[in-house]
Amino acid sequence: MPLSTQSQADIDQYILIASLDNARNLSNILKAISFRDHAIFNATQNGLKVTVEDSKCLQANAFIQVGVGGQLTSFKTQSQVCVCTALRMCYNGYGYPLTLFLEEGGVVTVCKINTQEPEEPIDFDFCSTNVTNKVILQSDSLKEAFSELDMTSEVLQITMSPSHPYFRLSTFGNSGNAHYDYPKDSDMMELFQCTKIQTNRYKMSLLKPSTKALALSCKVSVRTDSRGFLSLQYLVRNDDGQICFVEYYCCPDEVEEE
Amino acid sequence: MDCVVTGGNVKVLAKAIHSLSRIGEELYLEPVEDGLALRSVNSSRSAFACFLLSPLFFQRYQAASDQSFRCKMPIKSVQAVFKSLASLDRSVEKCRIQLNSEKSRLTITLHCKHGLLKTHNLSFQDCESLQAVFDKESCANVLQAQPRLMVDTVLHFPPSLDEVNLSVSSDRVWLRNHVEDDADSLRAMMTELCLSSEEFDHFAVGTQTSVTFCLKELRGLLVFAESSGLPVSMYFDEPGSPVILSVTDSVLEANFVLATLSEDSHPKNHVNSDTKHPDTEQPPDDFMSDDMDSFLIAMETSELPGPSHAPASPPRPSNNRKHSFSEEEALAEGPPNKKFCSLFFGSVLPTSSQLPNQTMQSQEVLASDSEDENQTETS
Repeated sequence: MPLSTQSQADIDQYILIASLDNARNLSNILKAISFRDHAIFNATQNGLKVTVEDSKCLQANAFIQVGVGGQLTSFKTQSQVCVCTALRMCYNGYGYPLTLFLEEGGVVTVCKINTQEPEEPIDFDFCSTNVTNKVILQSDSLKEAFSELDMTSEVLQITMSPSHPYFRLSTFGNSGNAHYDYPKDSDMMELFQCTKIQTNRYKMSLLKPSTKALALSCKVSVRTDSRGFLSLQYLVRNDDGQICFVEYYCCPDEVEEE
Repeated sequence: MDCVVTGGNVKVLAKAIHSLSRIGEELYLEPVEDGLALRSVNSSRSAFACFLLSPLFFQRYQAASDQSFRCKMPIKSVQAVFKSLASLDRSVEKCRIQLNSEKSRLTITLHCKHGLLKTHNLSFQDCESLQAVFDKESCANVLQAQPRLMVDTVLHFPPSLDEVNLSVSSDRVWLRNHVEDDADSLRAMMTELCLSSEEFDHFAVGTQTSVTFCLKELRGLLVFAESSGLPVSMYFDEPGSPVILSVTDSVLEANFVLATLSEDSHPKNHVNSDTKHPDTEQPPDDFMSDDMDSFLIAMETSELPGPSHAPASPPRPSNNRKHSFSEEEALAEGPPNKKFCSLFFGSVLPTSSQLPNQTMQSQEVLASDSEDENQTETS
């Protein structure tokens, strides 16, 4: 395929080369987190991590395994990436644009996107040892709930408890309030580890973008830590069976402990 | 109040609500002994719809302990409870509607598959009973057709069309779009469909007549009828009297009451398609001058149909907010030049034993709540 006609010399100048045969998966994942204009791309040996942040309260990360060659590098660029069938992403290093080679049906499109200084992504300091409550649900049941959520509510309240109501999503809108309860023994509940009752509210506007990632995913893990910070991790399995992760961190609006 | 709906009836309930949302913006809910009445009326009071779900529709039906509970709430809030209409029958096993009187909330709980429980606590307003006055039995003309026939017929009219004219003779029915008698009529496109009496399950034309009513509101009923597969009955009389569309089965009864244009000089026979344009439409504005007086007379002489039964409680004078139609009732005594909208309503449910003039008096009582509405319409 035409991408392979790049000469070795061309390839050597890049510090990062990431290749995908089918870029649609990347495209979908990126769309799932592109709620802001800019994203931070972080490439490691393990793959590509793309980070988008909003108002210091919300952070979304997408982890994509791509064939990666090159060194550790990080840059910031436009998050709206247009991709078609085959993609090679190349980066010369600091100051250079991100070069995308897109190939479809023998036609190669070269796209250069300017890069900027990346800011340090916020460290939400969310570590597994601090996790108070954790559930893993099959996404289907959450998808329906999220599509029905009352958008006139400013917050989404999440209650997690070792006893009833176990896992509850609540909204407080113009017409009244609504609660979606998932019992711990539901067959949609793959894992239920709640140590103490916690109720936290998160701004609906911050969580709304996560529904895109939810739509792509097959499973989601919901965790809260002792401060009430929320971590949503979505497992996305693409057509080739490859697994990608998208995670959202969100800080609480208020902390209520019952 | 505590009612439980199970199985396929949950979807029927949801469809009834969606159907009512095509009429008005508020849902009036009243649990009575005969069943749960869900009603709606449009802002100009020219269209009214009522679904009466009998106790047999429910797995459990318990009307309010204080018989006079009734409430209204924005219909969008209730629609939001039944949002994913398509998947309702797959996902919802049971729906429970309860009144939480201490908190003034109506709680609708959906028990779904996989143990998921959706609870909606909706706030409501107290209201007067909403009941249009109509009597199907006294209508001269009755047609009944399969919903498919009506849907296919109505399909030929653009969605934006407001009014449609229905004319009947002894063996035919014409449906045509209604065009105002002004400059536009020269440019208007006329559509006319003619159906033979054989296409109808029941065809009883007492008097050849022609009535004009609003199509938009009719579509709400057709959607419901089509999904339920139940035949649609139409009851109508002369222009000015409302047309009543009805869908009934053993556990529910739906009535859509639509006002019609009353045209005093309108020829009753609109048989020939040559005379396409109704001559002399008397009203200068769209909606007819309303035959309020003759309607009130009809109230006196006709029986009120089943669903209008309610305990004979005296009108509650002051614990509800001002209602525009209670004002209109008070104005009922004035000259009948209001839009045909305000015509049907008895603000408080009169029992058949109450004399109409008593009803009028009670309406006056209600009127005293509102600001002095003595701008009695005079044109």
